[in-house]
Amino acid sequence: MMRVPSAAILWRRHRTPTLAGLILLGAMLSFGIPRFGLINEYWQFILITIGINVILALALNLVNGFMGEFSVGHAGFMAAGAYIAAMGTSRWFPADPALVFPFAVILGGLGASVLGLVIAILAFKTSGDYLAIVTLAFLMIVKSVLENIDAVGGPRGLLGIVPLTTLPWVCGWVLLSIWVIRNLVYSRFGRGIMAVREDVVAANLVGVHTREVKILAFVVSAFFTGVAGGLFAHLLQFINPRMFDIIKSTEMLVMVYLGGMGSIAGSILGASVFTVMMELLRPLAAWRMVVMPLILVLLMLFRPRGIMGLTELACFKPREELPTPPAALPPAALPPVP
Amino acid sequence: MTYFLQQSLNALQLGSIYALIALGYTLVYGVLRLINFAHGDLFMVGAFLSLVAGSLLGLPAGVVFVLAVLGTAVLAVLIERVAYRPLRDAPRVSAVITALACGLILEHVVLLISPYPQHVPPLFRVTNFSLGGVVISSLQILIVGIALVLMCGLDWIFRRSLLGIAMRAIAKDMKTLPLIGVPVNRVVAAAFLLGGGLGGAAGMMYGQAYPVIEPYMGIMVGWKAFIAAVVGGIGNIRGAMLGGYILGTVEIAVVAFFPSTYRDFVAFTLLVVLLIVRPTGLLGVEEVQKV
Repeated sequence: MMRVPSAAILWRRHRTPTLAGLILLGAMLSFGIPRFGLINEYWQFILITIGINVILALALNLVNGFMGEFSVGHAGFMAAGAYIAAMGTSRWFPADPALVFPFAVILGGLGASVLGLVIAILAFKTSGDYLAIVTLAFLMIVKSVLENIDAVGGPRGLLGIVPLTTLPWVCGWVLLSIWVIRNLVYSRFGRGIMAVREDVVAANLVGVHTREVKILAFVVSAFFTGVAGGLFAHLLQFINPRMFDIIKSTEMLVMVYLGGMGSIAGSILGASVFTVMMELLRPLAAWRMVVMPLILVLLMLFRPRGIMGLTELACFKPREELPTPPAALPPAALPPVP
Repeated sequence: MTYFLQQSLNALQLGSIYALIALGYTLVYGVLRLINFAHGDLFMVGAFLSLVAGSLLGLPAGVVFVLAVLGTAVLAVLIERVAYRPLRDAPRVSAVITALACGLILEHVVLLISPYPQHVPPLFRVTNFSLGGVVISSLQILIVGIALVLMCGLDWIFRRSLLGIAMRAIAKDMKTLPLIGVPVNRVVAAAFLLGGGLGGAAGMMYGQAYPVIEPYMGIMVGWKAFIAAVVGGIGNIRGAMLGGYILGTVEIAVVAFFPSTYRDFVAFTLLVVLLIVRPTGLLGVEEVQKV
């Protein structure tokens, strides 16, 4: 009987060409869709939103899922990235926003990661629920500071941001964040991150520099959250401090836990499902925000670990962790004829 | 001096409300190690219940109080039964997510009923006393008085009664308790009942003291009360009271001496500093981690 090779084994055999093909397809679609108007602008907007949400979910999953800490302040990093990037293109270098845009987004990410570094150094003196508080307080502080700076519009917010977030840019950033976070998680360092989740004391004992691990993971996470913020600002063309409140953080948490903690595929799925669900529920108008959490509760009751649980799709696992393909069996020897 | 005393009174009033809500967080956390993120919204429901009972049905203040407390207490137990109990053996975050979702549901159901912020008419005639230049209203006395009575009652229950002992025992070891005949589910439900009731009482007081209420008010007040609970040392009843009063004092002090837009900024910065100096909160005891 012929054994049907599992998807994981197939993937192991044809990994590189498939990956290259998928990336090429993604790139072609991301350029082709706006160029030839394959889908209408509304759905393009949703695709871009999905992309931004995927980056957010991946970044938060690094801290909350892979490392098992509980940050509720990531909307603050998003705000930092959004404001820095938006100031870059619309106030500091208004001459050629399209040229400045990629650098502004990176600058936003860097700004967010500097904040992340400060918060991490302060916050990782504590952990667990106390970390939640420090990050929450950070979020409030960011919002309060932004509301008190007139140069960024105070409570009114920043208007007239050039719409520069296009599908190719988002596609590029999504791929980059998947690549970086996937490789980080499966690196030696990433094992440290997961060791922190399983047991900090034991991780310390086997020589993981838990403090450094925690801080670096937090900084990387803040960077991508900031980048997502920059993209978000240049998609909506308007930001104000109230957009980055606890509800935004809650949305991010929901995407991560809906998809599954500690799973890259889960974050991608969670962000996509959540974004599409929110759009599909739009006809319900005011009932939408009642039905959405209701669905969430039901999902949690029946799948408490999220869609993917702690499992990962084969395509994100390193080659060494996949099952080996069965060696070709020698032709069965015929029974000896008496 | 009179200004200072006047502001201290305001701080006492705000602090009492924060302390009552913080108790709800700390009670549930002290028993289940679960952050009940829907608690802030229970507080909001309490405020709206008091509005409905007080100005729509025209009931007297005492009845309104009982209704608000009972209503939120029952709602808290219901949420525990539907959204938390089935997840008790699941990873901790699953319950966190259902808690957040329950909060969202409460907010938006109330939003459907009342899309605009509502004005809460006073339930009784408030009289002002003047004491050496400091004006004290009967409302302030009532709020602080009722809050103190409720808190002392809860403290007694938690420390002395059989129920309180059972609650503390559940926090220590939930698996073996049923073996010695403790009805774990009923004790947990009681924790939610008490916590929810205190939240409802705080909601009604808030509506009377700051008479504009809206469906989202539970988010900010709730999170702040949660912070108060953590500052005091979460899971610790007296810590939550202390935290509530500290938070109330800090907020009033900032508004009294700075532009009011700096309130959240200063309050939260102080709290972060406090937590860095004392990572387990003021009255919290550090848990020794075992490998």
